[in-house]
Amino acid sequence: MKKTVIDAHNLTRIYDEKTIPVYALNGVHLHIEEGEFTAIKGPSGSGKTTLLNMIGGLDSPTGGWVEINGTNITGLKGGALIDFRLHNIGFVFQSYNLIPVLTAWENIEFILLLQKRPATERRKRVNELLAQVGLNDKARKRPAELSGGQQQRVAVARALAPKPQFILADEPTANLDSVSASNLLDIMDKLNKEENITFIFSTHDQRVIDRARRVITLEDGKIVADTAPASIVHETTGEK
Amino acid sequence: MILRLTWRNLWRNRRRSFITMTSVTFAVLLAVLMQSFQKGVFDYLVNNVVGFYYGYLQVHRQGYWEEQVVDNSFTQQDSVYNTIKRLPGVKEVIPRLETFILAASGNNSKGCMLAGTDPEKENRLSGIAQKITSGSLPGKNEKAVLLAEGFAKRLKVNAGDTLILFGQGYHGSTAAGKFPIRGIVHFGSPQLNEGLVFLPLEQAMELLGAENQLTSYALVIDDPSRLSAIQASVRKITPENFEVMNWKELMPDIANHIKADGASFYIFTGILYLIIAFGIFGTILMMTAERRYEFGMLTAIGMKKSRLGLILFLESLFITLIGVLAGLLASLPPVIYFNRHPLVLKGEMARIYEQFGFEAIFPTAVDPGIFITQSIIVLVIAFITGLYPVWHISRLDPYNAMKR
Ligand SMILES: Nc1ncnc2c1ncn2[C@@H]1O[C@H](COP(=O)(O)OP(=O)(O)OP(=O)(O)O)[C@@H](O)[C@H]1O
Ligand SMILES: [Mg+2]
Repeated sequence: MKKTVIDAHNLTRIYDEKTIPVYALNGVHLHIEEGEFTAIKGPSGSGKTTLLNMIGGLDSPTGGWVEINGTNITGLKGGALIDFRLHNIGFVFQSYNLIPVLTAWENIEFILLLQKRPATERRKRVNELLAQVGLNDKARKRPAELSGGQQQRVAVARALAPKPQFILADEPTANLDSVSASNLLDIMDKLNKEENITFIFSTHDQRVIDRARRVITLEDGKIVADTAPASIVHETTGEK
Repeated sequence: MILRLTWRNLWRNRRRSFITMTSVTFAVLLAVLMQSFQKGVFDYLVNNVVGFYYGYLQVHRQGYWEEQVVDNSFTQQDSVYNTIKRLPGVKEVIPRLETFILAASGNNSKGCMLAGTDPEKENRLSGIAQKITSGSLPGKNEKAVLLAEGFAKRLKVNAGDTLILFGQGYHGSTAAGKFPIRGIVHFGSPQLNEGLVFLPLEQAMELLGAENQLTSYALVIDDPSRLSAIQASVRKITPENFEVMNWKELMPDIANHIKADGASFYIFTGILYLIIAFGIFGTILMMTAERRYEFGMLTAIGMKKSRLGLILFLESLFITLIGVLAGLLASLPPVIYFNRHPLVLKGEMARIYEQFGFEAIFPTAVDPGIFITQSIIVLVIAFITGLYPVWHISRLDPYNAMKR
């Protein structure tokens, strides 16, 4: 049996509870296993970001709970939660992922510094990660000197650096042209296949959805579909 | 890492950092200059009046200062003189016999303060020998006078002329005498310059018929900041029927003026610093608002709020620190310059000052205490305003901060 990394139970998130309540999430159950490459799609306002925030420990649910690798993060507070994120979850945001005053290399090293890793280990790991995202030659560039796609690749490398349980990416390609987007997807795909890195990303983009191996559809805060797209179903049929 | 980030963030919005730094620089420069001038002018004033004649402390017979007449003098006693002189902190004791008297030359006559004293000792107190503009210092018992420059002008006399002194002596006797003018001396204080006449002590006693009588001991002390302590110890060893007064009691006008001016200085600098505080706070507010998303992102990926807060705190502290250092450096040359070459007012303004009894000369004081206090005040402001982003971060929650 595969290892469960995320187990979310009956997640509910209500905004503006006292005035006009908005059910951003309404009773979502989610089970994610190691090595998944899962897209979360849905119309704007359907709750994609809210769901990712819940499983990423960036916001706490109004009801329900989230377990990551056996730890219930819904009960974690303040510093403990920040620490948990640092060691267990990699984040890639839509844009402005990087610290503008640090170079690409330093941005990746930053997270290892937060983890207090020794210098030799940091150097080795950062170089290795930059190679994996194909940006060895951009190590000394600051974010402003990189293209949007390159910035997102650095962000992926940074998210990978601490060897997290999984990587969450909220619309990682939304600000990219299609070439850069497919480039980023190639890298994520490769990392998933070769290193068994678990990716969960939200998106509007059909081309991105097509490359996912599992697609969860949200509508009005509920999961209305949870399938593999047709093209992939064939490949994976009979695997289980 | 913290220092690296702090340092680079400083250069991130160069213009804003620069504006904040320069405003701190100017505030420090202004405050230091103002305080240096203020202290310099007062030191100068006190030095001219106190240092050149009155002394920091005076000992008289009880009641003399109320009614300054020779009849309120006391008989010279070596024992009193010696015990005072031996007190630690007392550098010099100058016995004097003073009275108001009429001075005349030709058809001109004017009232003046006659100071019977030891010219040599006066010179040790104030170095008046260097202030002599013509003629020379009279000898210890010489029958000759030394005139203040302004007074000589008013009487239209010069060194070498003869002065007639006429007035009331001890116990109702008549005092009258003719004295050659040995020298003219310039006093910084207009009050002294307009009406002081020195006569060697024994000559004054003889003129006033006051053998062995003194009106005061003027004391030179080595550390003006210990004034009240020294005053207390002098008080303890002088007989009951003497009064021991410090210069502030002798000249309440000057003391009050300094006090009032000090108060307005504090109000002014208070306002200046309030402006600076709001300026620094404004930039910090802008900076935290602008970087809100980044702070959210940093806590999201796992940076502890305490570390982030520390970086922001150090950023604002560094900006101010650099501003303070620049301000101190910038204020050094003018402070030193105006200490060597004081501002001198001319014309109408100068006359107004002189009417109030002040010389229109404005030197600065070069006092490390001023630089230190001003820097500390600004740094304390930076410290307090720097706490704002720390507080802001402590309440930050990443999903809200990153919402656009
Ligand atoms: N902080 C908030 N306060 C109030 N309502 C919120 C807040 N955040 C989200 N919502 C609401 O919750 C619902 C879900 O929002 P969410 O951002 O999760 O949607 P989304 O699927 O990510 O949309 P998009 O595709 O536009 O990013 C929306 O109706 C939104 O208006
Ligand atoms: Mg969203």
